[in-house]
Amino acid sequence: MTKLQKFKESYFLYSFKHDKVAITSFIILITLLILAITAPWIAPMDPYDADNIDIMNSEIPPMWSEKGDSSFPLGTDNMGRDMLSTMLYGLRTSIIIAGCAVLLQAGLGVFVGLTAGYFGGKIDAILMRLADIQFSFPYLMVAIFIGAIFHVVFGVGSYERLAVPLLIVIIGFAEWPMYARTIRASVIGEVNKEYVEAARVIGLSRLTIMIRHVLPNSLTSVMVISTIQVANAVMSEAALSFLGMGMPVTKPSLGSLIQAGFEFIFSGSWWITVFPGLWLVLFVLVINLLGDWVRDVLNPKLYKG
Amino acid sequence: MNEENTILSIKNVVKHFDISGGFLDQLRFKNGRIVLEKITVKAVNDVSLFVKKGETLSVVGESGCGKSTLARVVLGLYPPDSGEIHYGGTRIDNLSHEQMLPFRKKIQMIFQDPYASLNPRKTVQQTLEEPLRFHHPELSSNKINDKIDQVMEQVGVDQAWIKRYPHEFSGGQRQRISIARGLILDPEFIVADEPVSALDVSIQAQILNLLMKAGRERDLTYLFITHDLSVVRHISTRVAVMYLGTLCELAKAEDLFANPCHPYTKALLSAIPVVGEKRAKQIKLKGEVPTPVNLPTGCVFHARCVYANERCINQVPALLTQDNGTCVACHAVEENRVIS
Amino acid sequence: MSHLLEVQDLEVKFALRFGDITAIDGVSFVLDKGEKLGLVGESGAGKSVTGFSIINLISKPGYISKGKIFFKGNEISSYSDEKMRKIRGNRISMIFQDPMMTLNPVFTIGFQMVETLQAHRKISKADARDIALEKLKKVHIPSPAQRLSQYPHELSGGMRQRIIIAISLLTEPAIIIADEPTTALDVTIQAEIMDLLQELCESDNMALILITHDLGVVSQVTEKIAVMYAGKIIEYGSTDQVVKNPIHPYTEGLIKSIPGTVIKPGEDLVQIPGMMPTLTNIPPGCAFNPRCYLKEAICTTKTPELKDAGNGILAACHLK
Repeated sequence: MTKLQKFKESYFLYSFKHDKVAITSFIILITLLILAITAPWIAPMDPYDADNIDIMNSEIPPMWSEKGDSSFPLGTDNMGRDMLSTMLYGLRTSIIIAGCAVLLQAGLGVFVGLTAGYFGGKIDAILMRLADIQFSFPYLMVAIFIGAIFHVVFGVGSYERLAVPLLIVIIGFAEWPMYARTIRASVIGEVNKEYVEAARVIGLSRLTIMIRHVLPNSLTSVMVISTIQVANAVMSEAALSFLGMGMPVTKPSLGSLIQAGFEFIFSGSWWITVFPGLWLVLFVLVINLLGDWVRDVLNPKLYKG
Repeated sequence: MNEENTILSIKNVVKHFDISGGFLDQLRFKNGRIVLEKITVKAVNDVSLFVKKGETLSVVGESGCGKSTLARVVLGLYPPDSGEIHYGGTRIDNLSHEQMLPFRKKIQMIFQDPYASLNPRKTVQQTLEEPLRFHHPELSSNKINDKIDQVMEQVGVDQAWIKRYPHEFSGGQRQRISIARGLILDPEFIVADEPVSALDVSIQAQILNLLMKAGRERDLTYLFITHDLSVVRHISTRVAVMYLGTLCELAKAEDLFANPCHPYTKALLSAIPVVGEKRAKQIKLKGEVPTPVNLPTGCVFHARCVYANERCINQVPALLTQDNGTCVACHAVEENRVIS
Repeated sequence: MSHLLEVQDLEVKFALRFGDITAIDGVSFVLDKGEKLGLVGESGAGKSVTGFSIINLISKPGYISKGKIFFKGNEISSYSDEKMRKIRGNRISMIFQDPMMTLNPVFTIGFQMVETLQAHRKISKADARDIALEKLKKVHIPSPAQRLSQYPHELSGGMRQRIIIAISLLTEPAIIIADEPTTALDVTIQAEIMDLLQELCESDNMALILITHDLGVVSQVTEKIAVMYAGKIIEYGSTDQVVKNPIHPYTEGLIKSIPGTVIKPGEDLVQIPGMMPTLTNIPPGCAFNPRCYLKEAICTTKTPELKDAGNGILAACHLK
């Protein structure tokens, strides 16, 4: 039986095909991802290029309203950028930050969790207390600290250039204990199984056992929480940007777009905030719906949220 | 008590587990003072026995008697608290990981639960080639595949299934694969921890036959851990009966079943249900099995024994050899107080 | 006079995603007052499902698709859930393998016993406690009064199983269904529990359905035996006869494969080749035919019916 055949007959695919919500979410998510990735080619204009921006075009409402302009389908923002293009680029930035931040979280968390779970004892106690301490810091405080350090080290001028890696580090550091805890719990469960003893009887070293036997069996839980974590990271990024600690307005993410539009919402230019807002909600919603489905299929017991 | 042909000897092995948890869990308030109290499970207490080359020595006892712990101490999965394990004349319980490797090839283990003992993410092929590649890195892929085919055939698993994952097999087939993994390094000595207790009756017979066949063909020595006395009677050369981490009786299988000496062995044997026979009056034991956390003084069996007297409560009985070679640890047997 | 319990042509199906599978296929047996019946088979043979369906406790996606169950002449298989509750745990009690399935860890033994009684009878707390105490004495629990205020985790496995038996006795049931009651216990305790069940059945004239995979236990406790294979009863008769002269090749193989029955120590055990088919994959004809040493052409085409095979045994085999 080939891998493809096996996949076709698997419960995974079966339950996917019979879950309309999962299918719809999946299609929307893929569409959004493609739109984000191909933004530089499909967007009507490049919002990062100052040459394209004409301040005379600022605050044009969407094309279907009276004062609309058909060359700006969703209107323009206060700087005269095309909303549609800016949202596509913004989604792209948000996805890059969230994706990398989750990778960082997962890397750190899996390493810490695996070490703690496998060695146990004092190492376990120290690492998990560390995770507790990290968890009891609100991520906003972490953001302010790390942001401040960044400013001191690299200077305020280079902030625009460093904003993306900075946000990745902040969000990555804020949430790794989530992974560490989950992995540790699952490792502790696996380590006591007989196949690990069998590997020890063969004479494999601890490191080999940990990487080749225990880790692959603990990764299901990582998959399950990753979907939730991506959604969380997108939200965190948006929140930080909204508070002015995230992406600068010149290179907007969804969060900074919402924030930029917020000032104009009372002057009637609602579209600058509402469209990026809906965009963000749609993206996070489909990830969460898909995550729920994955969680149910893979293992309902692993995730406590 | 060393004898000719001894392949494994266990000398005065003690293994206790600390289950009291962290520092905070150990704090107790007693007599107006705060004290640190450790809770230990006394799993194996001063057990000595030896296994002769080519024999099957079964260790029997009820749950919590320390038989599985003893197996794992032999394999070095748990270091003993005190005592020594000798294999083929070499002391192996204090070896480093690297020094132990040559013995890992010779001593293998078969586990109880065929659902937990195979890594669910590895195919049969990956499971079987891992020990070979680790211990014989010089072997070519062809040689490894030949070896796997040969062992698979011996344990009766179709070679065509080599690319499958454990969940695609039934319990009996998994146990065969687990046995194949135990055999693939051509070991001399196999520790089998309840290898048939998780299986259905008709499958049990298949696996027992397989183990006996492999034993004959490969001249294996088995240390067989089980609670099932009818299995013990069938496969063992000698039998060691354990109770609460202590050895109570060690005898040739036919002697033990024909003429059990220790009061606990007698009670145990009388409780086996035999197909087609209305049971002879079972010897009832008083009370409950004490926990291995608070071991009784003296003979660990005294609270449940009809022959117990003052001496049994105070003095730990030594394992004494009878005329027929049976070893029994019982004051009552020594003093001829047991009516058979 | 009608039988105490009569199961007629019971069929249980499970609705799965690829269609219905038949877990129990045409099982019939009768049980009289005070009689002890053993339902024997390997895992997946359908013995537990049979036990559950008698008290209508099959969980979804399982359902009884055919057949009737009569208790004292009343067709209980057609009872509503509410009506059934008056029978279940009251007239017919069930004992499970794992005592913790029945015992709630957060309540004391006494509370749970009183609660069970009050659920089925109008009775004062004090009276209920007296009955509970009496039943605890009946199952030979040392210091019973003290046990009433204990929690399940304070007791050993054997003691918990005794408590479960005491609870099942509270309402003085006519039938006890015991599903692998001693599988999780050690041999010495297993023997004690079996003795206890036997003694209770005799003293209270209670009927027992003992569901187990252990032929040894069954042969010592029960008078009648039904051997199940792939959802069907393949041999049914008096325990003594079946164990001594099994008719069906499966029963024969099962008995001979137990160490210590016919084979001398050290020799190869008689083994039945292969394994029981999964319910989705039952071979045509006799379900046992791929493993049978007597197999002939008819076995692969025609399903054998249970028929008289002499000695008061019914067996489902074309060749006997």
